Amino acid sequence: MSKIPQELKYTRTHEWLRSLPDGNVEIGISDHAQEELGDLVFIELPQVGRRLTAGEACAVIESVKAASDIYAPIAGTVVATNEQLAQSPELVNHDPYGNGWLMRLKPAQASDQEALLSAEAYGAVAEAG
Amino acid sequence: MLALLGVREIDALFDEIPDALRVSQLQGVGPGLSELEIMQLMRARANCDGAPLCFLGAGAYEHHIPAPVWSTVTRGEFYSAYTPYQAEASQGTLQSIYEYQSMMVSLTAMQASNASLYDGATALSEACLMAVRANRRSQSARILWPRSVHPHYRQVAQTTAAGQGLQFETLDYDRSGHCVLPELAADADLTALVIAQPNFFGVLEDVHALTDWAHARGALVIALVNPTSLGVLSPPGQWGSAGADIVVGEGQPLGCPLSSGGPYFGFMTTRLQFVRQMPGRIAGRTLDLDGRPGFTLTLQAREQHIRRAKATSNICTNQGLLMMAGTLYLALMGAQGLERVALTCMARTQELVQALCALPGVRLAFSAPRFHEAVLLFDRPIAPFLQALAAQGIIGGLDLSVHYPELGPALLVCATETRTGADIERYARALGELLT
Repeated sequence: MSKIPQELKYTRTHEWLRSLPDGNVEIGISDHAQEELGDLVFIELPQVGRRLTAGEACAVIESVKAASDIYAPIAGTVVATNEQLAQSPELVNHDPYGNGWLMRLKPAQASDQEALLSAEAYGAVAEAG
Repeated sequence: MLALLGVREIDALFDEIPDALRVSQLQGVGPGLSELEIMQLMRARANCDGAPLCFLGAGAYEHHIPAPVWSTVTRGEFYSAYTPYQAEASQGTLQSIYEYQSMMVSLTAMQASNASLYDGATALSEACLMAVRANRRSQSARILWPRSVHPHYRQVAQTTAAGQGLQFETLDYDRSGHCVLPELAADADLTALVIAQPNFFGVLEDVHALTDWAHARGALVIALVNPTSLGVLSPPGQWGSAGADIVVGEGQPLGCPLSSGGPYFGFMTTRLQFVRQMPGRIAGRTLDLDGRPGFTLTLQAREQHIRRAKATSNICTNQGLLMMAGTLYLALMGAQGLERVALTCMARTQELVQALCALPGVRLAFSAPRFHEAVLLFDRPIAPFLQALAAQGIIGGLDLSVHYPELGPALLVCATETRTGADIERYARALGELLT
C-alpha cells in the first residue's frame, strides 16, 4: 500500500500539493505514481518564472519504461525547481513527498485549491488504478 | 489466401475506403509486368542515362567509393535498410550504429550523434524543430537562415515545420557570397541561426563570427555542413568560442552513390545537454548482467513507440544501409584520406573555375574562399548551354536562375576528386565552342 499523507492535496493525475508558510505551494508526484513509473532516470523541469495554468503540462518524468507529463495542479508562477533532481532523479523514488519535490509555485488565485482531492479521495483514485 | 480470409476478391479488402477517395487507375502506370519484363524495361531506362561527365553538385556529389564499402554493406548480415526491432537481439547492427555515431561525433567535434536520419533536408527540418525544444530561453520559435542555404532544404523545412508555428527569416548574401547579419533590437528573441558551411554557392562563411553573434543573442547555432569538407575545415564543435549546438548535413558524400536523388542519409550530432531533445534512435554501449560489454538502444522514452503523440519526433528509424556505407567509407578513408579527398576536390574546382573563367563572357560571381563549388556568371541565359552540353554527354552544372534570379544567368559548378584534368579540359573546350 502506497503512502498518502493526510496534510497534502492531490490531483487525479497523481500530483500532490503542499501549502507552504510563505503562501507558495510545493508540488511533487505521489508515492503511488513513482511506484507505477519505476526507476526514474531523468526529470525535465520548467524554467523558473514560467507562468502555468491549472492542468498545463509543465514537467516530464522519464523512467526506464515510460515518459510522463506532470500537470500543474493549480495556476501559478514557478518560483523554484528542485535542482538536485538533475543529478539524482531517484530522490523522487526514495522520498516522493520530501526531497523528491519537483517545483514550487506562487499561486495565481487562492480559490484554485478547492478543486483538488483530499487524501481519502485520492486514495480511492489510486486504488482504482 | 483470399479464400482463407473469406473474401471473394482483393478489392473487398479495401471496402472501408470511401469511393470518393479511391483512384481506379494510376495515370501512366501500366498493368503488372513479370520480373523478366521489369528487368528488361529497367535496363533500357538505365541505359538512357549513359555515363555522363558530371560537373553538377548542388547537394549531391560524385566521389570515389572504395570497393570494400559496398561489398561489405551488401553482406546478408547488414543488408537491411531498417533499424531492427527486438534491437538488442541484433548486437552487430547496434555495434555498427555505435561505431557510426562515434565517427560522426569525432568528425563534427560534438558529443552525441543519433543513428542517422532520412537525408540532409529532413535533418535540417528536425534540427529546426529540435532548436525550438532545446532553446528554453526563447519563446519566439524564430529561426534565421541565409538565402544561401540549399533552396530545397529550406522548402522541406518550411513544409515540415508549417504546422508547428516556426517562423523562418531569410538573411541575404553580400557580393562576396557571405550571409549578411541583421540589425536586431537588444532584447530580440531569437531561437536559432542556421549556418551553412560551405553555403549553397560553395562559399565558406566566417563561421566563428556567426556562431559568436548568435550565442551573444541567446540563439542556438545549427551547423549545416558537408561532411567531406570537415576533412580540412574547422569542425562545428570548434566554431566560435562555444561551438555549434546542433550539427546536421547530408551523408551522401560518405560512400553513397548518386542514384536519381536517393536514397541518401542525413546525420545529426549535438551537445550532451540537448541529447534528450535529439530525434531518432541512439545506440549505446553498456555492460550486461555478467559484466560483458554489449550494445543497446538508449533514451527510447522520448521516442514515439513509448511517448506516442508527445514524442520528440515522428522519426523512429534510421537509414541503416546507407549509414553502414558511410561508416565503412569513413573507416577506410580515415582522417588523412578524408583530408586528401577534400583538398583534391578544392584543387580540381579551382582548376575548373580557372578554365571556365578564361572563356569569353564567363566570370566568377563571388570573391570569397570556397570549398568545391563555385558560381559562374554568364552574359547569356544558361539553359541552352546546359542542353547542348548534355547532348555531348556533359552535365554542366545547375542553372541558378530558378532559385536565384537576381544573379542573372548564373551556373553552379562542382568538381570532385573524380574529375581529371582531361575532364576539365573537355568541359572547357565544349563550352568554349558553344560560346563562340
